[in-house]
Amino acid sequence: MNVVVAMKQIPDLQQIRIRNRQPVLEDIPWTMGAIDKNALEAAVQIKEAQGGKVVLLSAGNEELEDTAKEALAAGADEALLIIDDKLDEMGSAEIAKILAAAIQRIEKIDLIIFGEGSGDNYSGQVGSRVAEILGLPQVGYASAIEVQGESLRVSRSLEDGKELVEIGLPAVITVISGINEPRIASVTQILKAGKKPKEILDLSDLALDLGEICPVKTESNLAPESDRKRVAVKSVDELVAALKGENLIGR
Amino acid sequence: MAGILIYSDKDKLARELLTVAGLIADARGWEVKAACINNARQCQLLSAAGARVYQIENPAVLPADAANVAVALKEACGKLDCSIVLLSSDRRGRELAGRLAQVLGAGCLTDISAVKVEGEQIHCQRNALGGATVATQYIDGEKQVLAIVPRAFAPAPDRDGGSIDELQVEVPPSRIKLLEFQAKDSSSANIEEAPVLVVAGQGLNSQEDLAAVESLAQKLGGELACSKPLATDKKWLPEDRVIGLSGKKCQPDLAVLLGISGQVQFTVGIRDARVIVAVNSDENAYIHQMADYSMVADLHQIVKELNDALA
Ligand SMILES: Cc1cc2nc3c(=O)[nH]c(=O)nc-3n(C[C@H](O)[C@H](O)[C@H](O)COP(=O)(O)OP(=O)(O)OC[C@H]3O[C@@H](n4cnc5c(N)ncnc54)[C@H](O)[C@@H]3O)c2cc1C
Repeated sequence: MNVVVAMKQIPDLQQIRIRNRQPVLEDIPWTMGAIDKNALEAAVQIKEAQGGKVVLLSAGNEELEDTAKEALAAGADEALLIIDDKLDEMGSAEIAKILAAAIQRIEKIDLIIFGEGSGDNYSGQVGSRVAEILGLPQVGYASAIEVQGESLRVSRSLEDGKELVEIGLPAVITVISGINEPRIASVTQILKAGKKPKEILDLSDLALDLGEICPVKTESNLAPESDRKRVAVKSVDELVAALKGENLIGR
Repeated sequence: MAGILIYSDKDKLARELLTVAGLIADARGWEVKAACINNARQCQLLSAAGARVYQIENPAVLPADAANVAVALKEACGKLDCSIVLLSSDRRGRELAGRLAQVLGAGCLTDISAVKVEGEQIHCQRNALGGATVATQYIDGEKQVLAIVPRAFAPAPDRDGGSIDELQVEVPPSRIKLLEFQAKDSSSANIEEAPVLVVAGQGLNSQEDLAAVESLAQKLGGELACSKPLATDKKWLPEDRVIGLSGKKCQPDLAVLLGISGQVQFTVGIRDARVIVAVNSDENAYIHQMADYSMVADLHQIVKELNDALA
């Protein structure tokens, strides 16, 4: 079973500071999206049970080679990276075409796994778009994946219930973070990660037809205004009094 | 005349989409059209709200198969001359959005919480950078798929002018087989409606301690909610109690946050509360900065004292 895991490199959100309501992104380290780690873990578990390989696929700026090491250490066998600083400006529609074009270069792929949404934009479009471009069936929001010969049984978790479906391979699956607990790479795995095979492409290496795209434009991107009282309360009595003052208890 | 099409497999969310579609349609002098797939009840509901409803009856179009729903809606857009499609941004809707946008060659925005028509552009607000910021974005082009956050708009009221017509669509055989659907029991919590939320985070020592937190929630006339790790990692509470980016966005009068660090993916779900109380033993925890009343203390002790004080 050959599995591709698509990962998005994102700025480390914990380290973003807000200045005058603007996010400050300079000097923020890059990292792998949190749910992408669950996608990778799901792929590695399938490979361990079924044989085959896990290919890490990602498109991003020049920091990507470093970020990808984390994923290679955590169990991916090889990486296919599209590196171009222009990629940071691109939207989901363009990125989906790029990833799909890259996947078409890989021989015999059975399964492509995405996280249900990226850590930064959380728009959840790219997996669905890639599935459509490649003409593959898809199941989103998987909470469990079970291989059964040429097909998968996938449990998906929805707001109003749980659904169990069967889907033939090849297919695209997106996973939720509850599907597993991503493993932490050991020191030896981290050391070995640097030696795993990597193919690095730039945009001109892909036979890309970006075609007609209705691009997303951003008018503004600001932190919401907040005007909290920020009163330090020293005792429960004080808190109860404050909440009574707000008319929130003893109504 | 071009048009705007709405679709959701959920009746209530479809009625909310009608409200948004009305804003856009009024500005452009368009009609609002609605696609209902294998759902006669929804046809009635939407036509009662004034929509031109197109009823698609085709057992091969399963909600579980986003690919086929996308094909069906593409055909509907073609036949009904619609360039903009509104979907609900629940899990099914979000999965469908990307697929539909790709078949249509459309631009797509999901998780939209506010909409404003500005001349030719439809300005949409959505969270960005994990919720640290709110972006105003629009799609530059005619074809647009917009997925709207549940409950961001009121459901459309009843109105005259509705109609129901049949619409035939052809789809390929489904490649997804639905084996089982287990509905969540309806007794599950509705934290979005609760006037007070008492929210437990990873600062909670053990699952047993939840009882005291729940009792506090009851005394305050509210519901128990949690941060994501408590549901997805520890599995102490069901996922429908999670607040945040991938959970629910709530606006209670009072939110009491216990042992929560305040990472953006959480705070985005509670920052619209009227009053926020935070209890965290770490004085440097970010959550103190977004609280109206904050206590640097052990949450277990505070919960106990509050329970006593409110008894
Ligand atoms: C794409 C994406 C989506 C996400 N969506 C969500 C979401 O919807 N909702 C969500 O919650 N998270 C979400 N997360 C996860 C989020 O980033 C955080 O990991 C999570 O919110 C942290 O939960 P927490 O504050 O309970 O835990 P922690 O960050 O571990 O914080 C625990 C806090 O408890 C305090 N504490 C410890 N002991 C005590 C004590 N005895 N008394 C008082 N305080 C104590 C500590 O000081 C600490 O500040 C998402 C992440 C990603 C990447």
